[in-house]
Amino acid sequence: MAADNISNPDLVPRQFKVIGTRTRRPDGIDKVTGRARYGADYNLPGQLVGLVLRSPHAHAQIVKIDTSKAEKLSGVKAVITSKDLPDHTGGDRGMFDILENCMARKKALYDGHAVAAVAAVDATTARKALKLIEVTYKILPHVTGVDEALAKGAPVIHDHIVTEGLPEMQAATNQNKQAEYGHGDVEAGFKEADVIVERSYKTEQTHQGYIEPHSVTASMSPDGSAEMFVCTQGHFVYRNQCAALLGMDANKLRVTSSEIGGGFGGKTHVWAEPLALALSRKANRPVKVTMTRDEVFRCTGPTSSTSVDVKIGAKKDGTITAAWAELRYQGGAFPSNWAELGAMTAFACYDLKNVKTVSKDVVVNRPKCAAYRAPSAPAAAFAIESTVEEVAEKIGMDPIDFRIKNAAKEGTKSSYGPVYGPIGIGPTLQAAKVHPHMKAPLGKNQGRGMACGFWFNFGGQTCVDLNVTPDGFVTVAQGTIDVGGSRASIAMAVAEELGIPYDSVRSIVADTSSLGHNDMTDGSRGTFSSSMAAIFAARNAITILRDRAAKMWELPVEEVEWKDGAAHAVGSHHGNRAPLTLKEIAAQAANTGGPVAGHAEISADGAGVSFATHIADIEVDPETGRSLVKRYTVIQDAGKALHPSYVEGQYQGGAAQGIGWALNEEYVYGKDGRLQNAGFLDYRIPVCSDLPFIDTQILEIPNPHHPYGVRGVGETSIVPPLAALAIAMSNATGVRQTHIPMSPPRVLKSLKAAKT
Amino acid sequence: MGVHVSTTVNGDHAEFTCAEDEVLLDVLRNRLGLTGAKEGCGTGDCGACSVILDGRLVCSCLVLGAEMDGKSVETIEGMAEGAKLHPLQQHFIDGAALQCGICTPGILMAAQALLRKNPDPSEEEIRFGLAGNLCRCTGYDKIVRAVQSAAKEMRS
Repeated sequence: MAADNISNPDLVPRQFKVIGTRTRRPDGIDKVTGRARYGADYNLPGQLVGLVLRSPHAHAQIVKIDTSKAEKLSGVKAVITSKDLPDHTGGDRGMFDILENCMARKKALYDGHAVAAVAAVDATTARKALKLIEVTYKILPHVTGVDEALAKGAPVIHDHIVTEGLPEMQAATNQNKQAEYGHGDVEAGFKEADVIVERSYKTEQTHQGYIEPHSVTASMSPDGSAEMFVCTQGHFVYRNQCAALLGMDANKLRVTSSEIGGGFGGKTHVWAEPLALALSRKANRPVKVTMTRDEVFRCTGPTSSTSVDVKIGAKKDGTITAAWAELRYQGGAFPSNWAELGAMTAFACYDLKNVKTVSKDVVVNRPKCAAYRAPSAPAAAFAIESTVEEVAEKIGMDPIDFRIKNAAKEGTKSSYGPVYGPIGIGPTLQAAKVHPHMKAPLGKNQGRGMACGFWFNFGGQTCVDLNVTPDGFVTVAQGTIDVGGSRASIAMAVAEELGIPYDSVRSIVADTSSLGHNDMTDGSRGTFSSSMAAIFAARNAITILRDRAAKMWELPVEEVEWKDGAAHAVGSHHGNRAPLTLKEIAAQAANTGGPVAGHAEISADGAGVSFATHIADIEVDPETGRSLVKRYTVIQDAGKALHPSYVEGQYQGGAAQGIGWALNEEYVYGKDGRLQNAGFLDYRIPVCSDLPFIDTQILEIPNPHHPYGVRGVGETSIVPPLAALAIAMSNATGVRQTHIPMSPPRVLKSLKAAKT
Repeated sequence: MGVHVSTTVNGDHAEFTCAEDEVLLDVLRNRLGLTGAKEGCGTGDCGACSVILDGRLVCSCLVLGAEMDGKSVETIEGMAEGAKLHPLQQHFIDGAALQCGICTPGILMAAQALLRKNPDPSEEEIRFGLAGNLCRCTGYDKIVRAVQSAAKEMRS
């Protein structure tokens, strides 16, 4: 995340022909006819069913595991425990944590932690085998709350963890990290303030809630090579991690990604994949492991629950003089840096003279948290934006004008360090200010809120292959998983660059043996980085195409130009030659040097930062606390929208997830440390009748680091909804809402508390 | 002990033997090779396995395969007529009403069942007609619009 203020000579303002249109996606027909193959739709000959035995305890020592009865059951082909996953991590603590999360070793660290697994000829036999495995536990005291885990006397979960970032040698603790960001002198800043607001906030744990449970089919040969078909956001990363955990060479494991039925950050980590490989290795048969929904909730990677304190001071003229926050996030049973990410994003929307954030990352007896769409930012934005709103109210300034006055702009030193290049926070606020939604009348028991959000956006390692077929069409192999239509966007970029119709380009996601390493589709990087690599691959192909045309014409290559999908001879002495089209050059490829291809491998630096402003109207029933979103507007900077429909789709989907988080979704743990609501009936994500149409407005402030100006668009839209809806609910009820989700019982409780 | 079942799937005769406790979803996916219906939850909460059974929209994870004898089931694989997509399918593609697509087969079956009963539904009727089908990607906006535009085309 380097300073975003370097200009890019590749970015040339241009008239696009394909970019910006609403093409049909190449995977569309397969997905509306049931032909598309997702994780659970892959099968191999002789495949076994793999199932995992999981700890029912939040925290327990594993005294003994007796698998002998399960092994003797007819039809059982393999039973594994942590003994079958020896430590190949060579002192890499991060990798060892992944290994231990995949299969408990000495202790079970959360309800749902895997302790053993079986592979059997069918599901019935596998289920029977799980029941025959005898595990002797010694139950240990547990802690599942973030503030509780930091309190004195809390059970210490890992005896090797001390707080990284604190200077002195300490005793073992549940706080694995502390970090600070900011600049200036906040104490001096607060002294200058006319108004100071201090408040504390909480958010509960949520799950990405992708509809497709994790599924993997693994097949390992006796020679040590293996294949894996899996739903993942990053098949290269899964390959690298699985190979490392199983002690394999990465080239011997070929991973094919299935269509992915949603991920949102939750399919960035391995869970059952190393177990499927270990089962296959032991059984010498292919093994398929598909999680149940209960397993998805209990033992994949939900987001952090949080506890945040904020203090903001401002002058009567609306200038923020100082801003401070302490953010405490639990990352589940293993060390994480989610609080640190939250601290980095917290005040990123604003141009602040004095700002400081402190993060505390905390370990608890819950599943290891994974990324969830702009991970950590929504909870931070909820706390900061709610406080910003209150400061504006206190000084009697319109909340939009207050935000516009303090908004970050080009040249602002951000609260997390870098100096911004051209950014979209000001323009999104200005667009919100004049949006008709802001002036629409409100009814009884209704309230309106608006809030801003920020996300860094990632770039990273990316590799694309482009091939011209002998009949003059183009195939593109990308290595980033397509989660929301990126195959269409990548094909559009190639068509644009080559000057050929969109329908002449077909893009696929290639397997791990066909391309160089690609980082996963996370951090809103998929379309940003793969379109950049695809454009460069197309430019490389054009170089070859010009060379081939030059050979066919017997001209120097400098006298051949590429435009509108064809080679043109330039220069006065041969200007009347008819252009050579892609088809004509491809047809002669055998005689001019062989197949025509373009390739690009890049580290896609310079992912432009992303900002959004949302407006939300809510109606609440004061008798029951139930609320309904009446109107919702998303305004976000896309840099350049390659495919506007898919950009809108990201805005709408992120907003809907944020609405669910704000109003309903939460993990409920019992006193016994067990998850009480591991299913879609009791963990209620928004259904169609819960939501209104979600209006979108795409702003395009070009990212100078991308040839077409693209910024990632996938994540920022989940950042503002918690705050926007909390402010709307506060305005509707007259009671400040400080605890997310604002489920009916919690809202009712807040209304009752305000009356007494 | 297996149960022998004789049934109709997408208009074609089909026979299979299944276990007594085997649900229709598993029969479709594992015995008949129709993997368009998806298991998102196995408890009837997500609708990804929706099929139409004797004209009624059901979650195939809540129906036993053994109950299928003499009945008729429609799945996503039977929605298009050869190469010609159903208007709902076409409008879902044209209107970008899917992102990951895992919920799409179930939502299309639910929308089909709705439009058969009510060819001119209001926005609210569409929203409640699809309320049994979870989509986590789209926020439902483009799905509701695609159903509206398909319904309009089907009425004309």
